[in-house]
Amino acid sequence: MSGWSIIRLFTIVVYGFMFLPVAIVVLLSFNSSQFGSFPMEGVSLRWFGELWNNDAIIRAFRVSFMLGALTAITSTVLGILAALALVRYRFPGKSVISTLMIAPILVPEVVLAVALLLFLRWLDMPKSFPLLLLGHVIFTLPFVLLVVQARLVGIRRDYEEAALSLGANPVQTFFTITLPLLMPAVLAGLLFAFTISFDDITGTMFWKPGGVETVPTQIFAMLRNSISPEINALGTVMIVLTVALPLIGMALARRMAARLR
Amino acid sequence: MTEQQPAVALEGIVKRFGAVTAVHAMDISIEEGAFVTLLGPSGCGKTTTLRMIAGLLSPSQGDIRIKGRSVTATPIHKRNLGLVFQNYALFPHKTIFDNVAFGLKYRDVGRREITDRVQKALDLVQLPGVGDRHPAQLSGGQQQRIALARAIVIEPDVLLLDEPLSALDANLREDMRVELKRIQEQLGITTIFVTHDQSEALAMSDKVVVMRSGHVEQVGAPEDVYVNPASAFVARFLGNANLIPATVKGRDGDHVIAEVAGVGSVPVPALRAAKLQPGDAAALVVRAERLQLVEQPGDVPEGMIARKATVTAVDYQGQAARYFIDFCGHSIQALNPIGTAPLRAGARVTAVLDSNHCVLVPPEKHP
Ligand SMILES: Nc1ncnc2c1ncn2[C@@H]1O[C@H](COP(=O)(O)OP(=O)(O)OP(=O)(O)O)[C@@H](O)[C@H]1O
Ligand SMILES: [Mg+2]
Repeated sequence: MSGWSIIRLFTIVVYGFMFLPVAIVVLLSFNSSQFGSFPMEGVSLRWFGELWNNDAIIRAFRVSFMLGALTAITSTVLGILAALALVRYRFPGKSVISTLMIAPILVPEVVLAVALLLFLRWLDMPKSFPLLLLGHVIFTLPFVLLVVQARLVGIRRDYEEAALSLGANPVQTFFTITLPLLMPAVLAGLLFAFTISFDDITGTMFWKPGGVETVPTQIFAMLRNSISPEINALGTVMIVLTVALPLIGMALARRMAARLR
Repeated sequence: MTEQQPAVALEGIVKRFGAVTAVHAMDISIEEGAFVTLLGPSGCGKTTTLRMIAGLLSPSQGDIRIKGRSVTATPIHKRNLGLVFQNYALFPHKTIFDNVAFGLKYRDVGRREITDRVQKALDLVQLPGVGDRHPAQLSGGQQQRIALARAIVIEPDVLLLDEPLSALDANLREDMRVELKRIQEQLGITTIFVTHDQSEALAMSDKVVVMRSGHVEQVGAPEDVYVNPASAFVARFLGNANLIPATVKGRDGDHVIAEVAGVGSVPVPALRAAKLQPGDAAALVVRAERLQLVEQPGDVPEGMIARKATVTAVDYQGQAARYFIDFCGHSIQALNPIGTAPLRAGARVTAVLDSNHCVLVPPEKHP
């Protein structure tokens, strides 16, 4: 009994240690004073207002959203196609290709980032937004692929064969049968890709062209100058986006999957 | 009517999977409106054959014709076939109505007509009024009826069914069997039915194709393959048959005389003696239900073969009993209705055999 109490206490301490800083950032973002110290002097949304008026941050948000959305769409489309090929067809070199596409998860991000950068150097290509996008697609694709593949394996061939036998051609069969049945995984994949892209910093630092900032790199740049309470507000926004979005998405996906059963 | 094309014709169909040959040079011709069953043990190539007809597999060799036109190179969605799977395969994200209407959406059918035809198909399978439910809200038997409705609503040239009843429980299976046959007769639709269940095959078919490891063993009407098996395999696969080693001795009018060790000469109608020649080794097929056990040897009718036998074991089945007997040194079985009481193990009886119901087939090859 007491053994369990100790373990429980220890667990609470460990989680507290991990989440306390996050909680403090969120709390301080509502602080009315310029200086982050406890007890807080008052509650205000002042720093969120400042955020809104900071052009650099708004621009960074725009870049991040654009990048995240494009990454999510590109990765999901590619992920669906790759999953179809890997699950539904047999071709030479299948297992090698499958491993290669999952590999970006296994390789440390810095290594991947440097490798892609060196590759671009070697090709004599300047950094650009499309290349940044390419980088993000490379390391979000495995997540999408794994999620979509897992679901596709569970969709029996029978459904597609029945549709074909009823006169739908393979493309019509994909859009009327396979894709709707795949939808929960597609949604989960989109959200995964978006969030991973949205809060990525390592790869982005290496790949972003000069003058372009995403939200994480913008925070990083701001931290180098001074620690402004604005950063707390920005952190809170980021936490909400990257935690709430996937949670909502997963709940939705689960609801959809239950309906398709 | 002028010369009729077979509804489906397989001409020298071969299917190889790498080194495995699943179907060897198969020739089948199926008339319009017939109910044909592909029957055989697991792995004999029934599904492979059906999937080739459906267009889900392409044959390694040979030609498939539907209504006289070669479809070997036609993709499945252009073959106009109805396909019913063992697991129903109803689209889980669509309502029953949309499931049944699915095939009509890819044909030139107006909205009103779609509604009418779906309604009619649902009536036919006796499930009107389930249109706005989802498949998960129906029982297995109901789902299989919907799957059937979905396949026939498009008025396919051929209906293909792969073990459609085997996922249902025993009682339901028998009901569905009758139901399926009724619908098939009502529509007059050419049907190819795959099963490994001999009673399904015998009960439903106009023609049974008995298959064994990728070969066709025998094709014929149900009574034909049951009463007149062409091989030891067919005899064993259908019903409960005893195979007793024999030798062909010669001919006597329209009978072939078989010599069976311990029993003596057994005259078998020449029609039931395959193409065996005098001197050939053979197997005498004795249906268990054709071997009658009597306790009083006095009342043996003329022309029957009666020999002493001993009951070694009894398998009581309620309305009948299966007796394991020692018949002139051969361990065989007899299936008899029960009179007042079943015979006991150890009983000394007379086994009476009408040799006109026996069949001579080439002996089983023991690999
Ligand atoms: N895709 C495949 N690759 C390799 N071998 C296959 C494939 N499909 C079937 N086979 C082989 O072909 C043979 C026939 O298979 P098939 O599925 O047609 O049998 P079946 O008569 O339908 O049996 P069951 O009653 O078990 O369904 C089997 O030996 C099987 O192992
Ligand atoms: Mg099969």
